[in-house]
Amino acid sequence: MADRQRSGSGRGMLLISGPLLYAVVMLAAPMAAILVFSFWTQDFLNIDTTPTWANYREAFSDPIYRELMVRSLKISAMVTAITVLLAFPVAYFISFRVRPERKALWIFLVTIPFWTSYLIRVFLWKVILGYNGVLNSALIGLGVIDEPLTLILYNFNAVVITLAHAFAPFAILPIFVALERIDRSLLEAALDLGETRLSAFFRVTLPLAMPGVVGACLIVFIPTIGDYVTPRLVGGPGGLMIANMIQTQFLKLNNAPLGAALAVIAMGIVTILALVFLALNRRFLRGRS
Amino acid sequence: MKGAGLRVYTALYLVFLYLPIVLLPIFAFNDSTVIAFPLGGFTTGWFAELAAVEALHAAVLTSVKIAVITALVSTLLGICAARAAARYRFPGKSGILGLIMLPLVLPEIIVAVSLLVVFLQIGLPLSALTVILGHVLICTPFAIAILNPAFQSLDVSLEEAAVDLGETAWGTFRLIVLPLVMPGVISSLLIAFTISMDEFIIAFFLSGSDATLPVYLWGQFRFPQRLPVVMALGSILVLLSVLLLVLAELARRRGARRRGALDTGGFL
Amino acid sequence: MALISLTGIDKFYGTYHALRGIDLDIAEGEFFSLLGPSGCGKTTLLRTIAGFEHPENGVLTIDGQNMKGVGPNRRPTNLVFQNYAIFPHLTVAENVGFGLRRSPLSRADKTKAVAEALAMAGLDGYGPRAAHALSGGQRQRVALARALILKPKVLLLDEPLSALDRKLREQMQTELRRLQRQVGITFILVTHDQEEALIMSDRIAVMFDGRIAQLDTPEGLYLRPNSRAVGEFIGLMNLLPGMLRPEDGRLLADIPGLGAIPLPPDLVAHGAAPGPATFGLRPESLSLMSPGGALPTGQFVDGTVTERTYYGDMTYYEVALDGAPDPVTCSMKNLVSRPVLERGARTRLAWEPGALILFPDG
Repeated sequence: MADRQRSGSGRGMLLISGPLLYAVVMLAAPMAAILVFSFWTQDFLNIDTTPTWANYREAFSDPIYRELMVRSLKISAMVTAITVLLAFPVAYFISFRVRPERKALWIFLVTIPFWTSYLIRVFLWKVILGYNGVLNSALIGLGVIDEPLTLILYNFNAVVITLAHAFAPFAILPIFVALERIDRSLLEAALDLGETRLSAFFRVTLPLAMPGVVGACLIVFIPTIGDYVTPRLVGGPGGLMIANMIQTQFLKLNNAPLGAALAVIAMGIVTILALVFLALNRRFLRGRS
Repeated sequence: MKGAGLRVYTALYLVFLYLPIVLLPIFAFNDSTVIAFPLGGFTTGWFAELAAVEALHAAVLTSVKIAVITALVSTLLGICAARAAARYRFPGKSGILGLIMLPLVLPEIIVAVSLLVVFLQIGLPLSALTVILGHVLICTPFAIAILNPAFQSLDVSLEEAAVDLGETAWGTFRLIVLPLVMPGVISSLLIAFTISMDEFIIAFFLSGSDATLPVYLWGQFRFPQRLPVVMALGSILVLLSVLLLVLAELARRRGARRRGALDTGGFL
Repeated sequence: MALISLTGIDKFYGTYHALRGIDLDIAEGEFFSLLGPSGCGKTTLLRTIAGFEHPENGVLTIDGQNMKGVGPNRRPTNLVFQNYAIFPHLTVAENVGFGLRRSPLSRADKTKAVAEALAMAGLDGYGPRAAHALSGGQRQRVALARALILKPKVLLLDEPLSALDRKLREQMQTELRRLQRQVGITFILVTHDQEEALIMSDRIAVMFDGRIAQLDTPEGLYLRPNSRAVGEFIGLMNLLPGMLRPEDGRLLADIPGLGAIPLPPDLVAHGAAPGPATFGLRPESLSLMSPGGALPTGQFVDGTVTERTYYGDMTYYEVALDGAPDPVTCSMKNLVSRPVLERGARTRLAWEPGALILFPDG
């Protein structure tokens, strides 16, 4: 049959021009602007537009920035690993064990918490993990511990737990979609050819679900590295991340160019890591559209 | 059985997901000023107190205004993009769509600071308007993601049939396209509204003196004695969010049924 | 005068040449089919007549009017889509009456027209039903009623039967034919099913690769295909390599396995020239006889059965003729009095030289 999409590329361009113009003006241009800005300097309220590497030198030489950056990457990597690992069985359950007409309901159930006020959700984790919090009072009530645990709030761990919660649906959905695409007769074929259920899972299901897993990893990793609210509310001094420093530079220290440089560096590192990750997973993604 | 193990695991996971939301009303009706266990007595006082706070009312009004405009604009942009993606082929299509969808994965702080830099440089004062500009940017990809299935599953030959039977282009859009994608449009409006109402970072950077509801909430976190009121407010917000989402989901399902499509998808 | 006339129609998709200089006249009241494999341009040609495709070159007139710049909504044609394109959010009656929205008829007349169209399509009482709950056959009837209610001069049908199962398809073939006679307008059917085209059409255009390869009646196409491609596309055809050689001032067809025979006169008129040639022979033009049986006049040859396929009413045999490089296929009606031969059986084949079709090589 003739490809009907081919006709009317002019109308297509006309239709897309609105959203495209918006994305260019409000996204591409500002991103370019921040790149330019990162080469300028600011002295109190005066911006000096002479291009200089000074901000980047400072960002790479001052240990505090390096520490924040490394910690952000560590937190993001842990959050990604935990979120995706925890999410996979749930996605698998919904895709393989739930009756088809109930799947939409389950997916809806899983996504609801994601749509409810982020700030309040994060704040409630503070309540759950706090010294007199839900978790500690429950554990003491059950006689598991005598003293409230302190290693779960205002630190690295608290940030990881809270972010893993916040990004759960982001991980479940792409994996679910990938699992849904697997032709069920492939698994029957594997069993028919002598695989056990377990080996069929590892030899058929998992490889075919990999694009979803890779997508889930990226969609969790990239936004978490720039999270501001969680480290601020539950992170304490040891759990702060790069976004908090960017905010501080912009709104508190009046050093927007340095903040811009930190933002550019963060984005650069994330992009490189994402590309490397994709390259490593090329094998799984090849031949899948 | 392996099936039973998975079921138990999934149930525990749902407990983990819903834990914070379940706690919210518990503390909202608890008469102790400290947000911790053990609980005190039952009260509805925190809800009553909400009615008395002027700043809160202003913030709610600002947020609703921003969210309504954001929902309308981003859904309109989403309709254009989803329609173009589903129906036409044009040069640079995947690149263009990639750019438009990019805010979906971009850390919001990056969007916030880059817009801040631009707005300050061109001298646009921070206000509800600048928040709307930022919110439209992040809501449009969600609108596209929701509208895409509606437009993708809209069979081209339905439109051709309408034209063949004598309708004009506008008549076809009004009588065929619009009714068939309407549930998706409603769903998109509701979701964009919800996202805008909840969004904090961009509003935090760009709202200037027009504090939105999340920005107001953020300010309240610093005052421990205000927290029970925040819990009450949060309960109401969660309730409203869930309500909007259920409506959006019902609209989406009705659309899928109407188009005769198999219904397995969620929002993304 | 032709109702539809196409002259020199060219259609390109980018660099892909979808229609190559189509010249075609279709008469009023004709049941016309466009037949060809997928990708041959038949649907593009139909959509060009409907007004959905715009040819780069050429002229299309319908009822004497040049259709250039006339949209599908203003042409006297209506289209039945391959997937029927039933509006899923409307009822059956709303679907059928869709095209009447802009007509000057009164509300009562419109309701009456819808009822008549439904009755004509065999959908009495289906009006209030939701369209998305219909079966395949019912959808097709709705699509027909919806198109015919506008009283078009031409009804265009884009593979309307391909989505139906075999029983229903055969039933609808008869019904479409009856409907066409009843309304008396031109039907143009696109199909890839040669049997369907033969059953239904007054005339058929066989298309390959953007061109009309042959335009003829069903009998003409079957009995006198003008090329190997057409011959092979329609029905089964044995293709036998051979030679044409002059002898005593006439041409002899020398076909290994069948022997040398004088070329039948109508093939001579075809412009046959000496040299290598391919001969076509339909399976039913070869008939199997028991060895030593009484022979009718005509040629016969001996061979061995190498394969047989039993179809119930017919049996198809593959027979290796003595002295021929490849086996030929021959079909026999199964009669109680006629035993079915097994593989390896020796047999004698009678054949009609008059059924021979000549395809000059090159």
